[in-house]
Amino acid sequence: MLENFSFRTIGEYLPLFGQGLVTTVWLSVVSFAGALLVGIVLCALNLQRSRPLRAPAKAYIDIIRSTPLLVQLYFLYFGLPRLGIILPEFVVGVLALSLNSGAYVAEIVRAGILSIPRGQVEAAIASGMTYRQRMRLVILPQAFKVTIPPLLSQAIVLVKDSALLSLISVAELTRAGQLLASDRFMPAEGFLTVAAFYLLLYYCLKGVAALSGRWLGLRPARGRA
Amino acid sequence: MIWQQLESLYGSYPLALRGLGMTALLSLIALAGGTLIGFGLGILRTAGNRVLAGIIGGWVDLIRGTPFLVQIFIVFFILPELGLELDAFSAGIVALVNLNACFICEIVVAGIDSVPKGQVEAALASGLARWQRMRLVVLPQAMRVVLPPLVGQYVLLVKDSSVVSAIGLTDLTRVGWLVVQRVPNGLLVFFLVGVGYFIVCYPLILLARRLEARLGAGQGEVQL
Repeated sequence: MLENFSFRTIGEYLPLFGQGLVTTVWLSVVSFAGALLVGIVLCALNLQRSRPLRAPAKAYIDIIRSTPLLVQLYFLYFGLPRLGIILPEFVVGVLALSLNSGAYVAEIVRAGILSIPRGQVEAAIASGMTYRQRMRLVILPQAFKVTIPPLLSQAIVLVKDSALLSLISVAELTRAGQLLASDRFMPAEGFLTVAAFYLLLYYCLKGVAALSGRWLGLRPARGRA
Repeated sequence: MIWQQLESLYGSYPLALRGLGMTALLSLIALAGGTLIGFGLGILRTAGNRVLAGIIGGWVDLIRGTPFLVQIFIVFFILPELGLELDAFSAGIVALVNLNACFICEIVVAGIDSVPKGQVEAALASGLARWQRMRLVVLPQAMRVVLPPLVGQYVLLVKDSSVVSAIGLTDLTRVGWLVVQRVPNGLLVFFLVGVGYFIVCYPLILLARRLEARLGAGQGEVQL
């Protein structure tokens, strides 16, 4: 049983957990920024009329969504050195997370843009707006609002996925738990603490999602009949 | 050169088959168990008992809020301390079934909530018992909302099963990891591993899209 659950050991390892937490947050932020970039580029390509531009973006999204992140991570981790590209584990991890989440972000943004009622575009065309004006003044501001909640869900998924980076020995939160578990043979102390920290991050992000929902709800409703 | 490497990979063919079998077995058990328990939890959660709904909701939130890798470690390394010794395979199954049951529970709850209240009231007025209402009126209509994300969840399930390689189960991902120690061509090895997953997941993604298009379109037509 867990009667000798040692809070003291957790206390001793708290600085390590703190560092892990900071690393997890930091690499999640960087990866999410990367994912937004990848996602927006992919989505822009995906919405083009010309097939040669659209097809690669679609294929990329399908391939990423059909394979596990862990396999993608190992592909980069074991594959890049093969191409003569030697990167620190942290960078490989951020790269994998960005490339992976980017595919999902692309789908979210696309769904947001396609959710704008057709009439809005027609009205904009009737008002004599150019394509760029329509995008900038009519579609994107409305799509932005729709995409915020699913983007926040994706951020939650990304934070949780970042735990996999411990498997390529990036010193993030899960890794800190693994160290405690293997150094002191205290898996309970290690992994339950890690779980608690992830829950903290999860509830923070959920809180942000709820706040943003309320904030977005205050704005006039979307143009639905 | 690539030919030579393919040849050396050919020796790993039986191992790869074993890995594929393990991934398929894990996925199938998790699919069946997760769906069954997930539907059960979802129905219980909407049954009107606040305490029960709170407990299930809290548990689902705990599972949704932590990485699957950490859950696997907890099941594999901590349950033995509580006197429940599990081998890697059972630990992987427990973690996978639990994870999927929780996500499917959420999907089922959303589906049940989407059925108009009038339907339940009409069923009540027709004198249907509680279970009859659920089985004959609510669930068939909920399935329209449930089915597309359910298939999507199956895709996630197959992909998530790769994480159990972390506790040493020889699934497809683990095989890749083992082979790459011997044949140092990560690009080729994990490309092939990726193909293995792609063959299973891509048809499922297409199915989910189709279901979404068909069932979603249906919803617009039939307005009650």
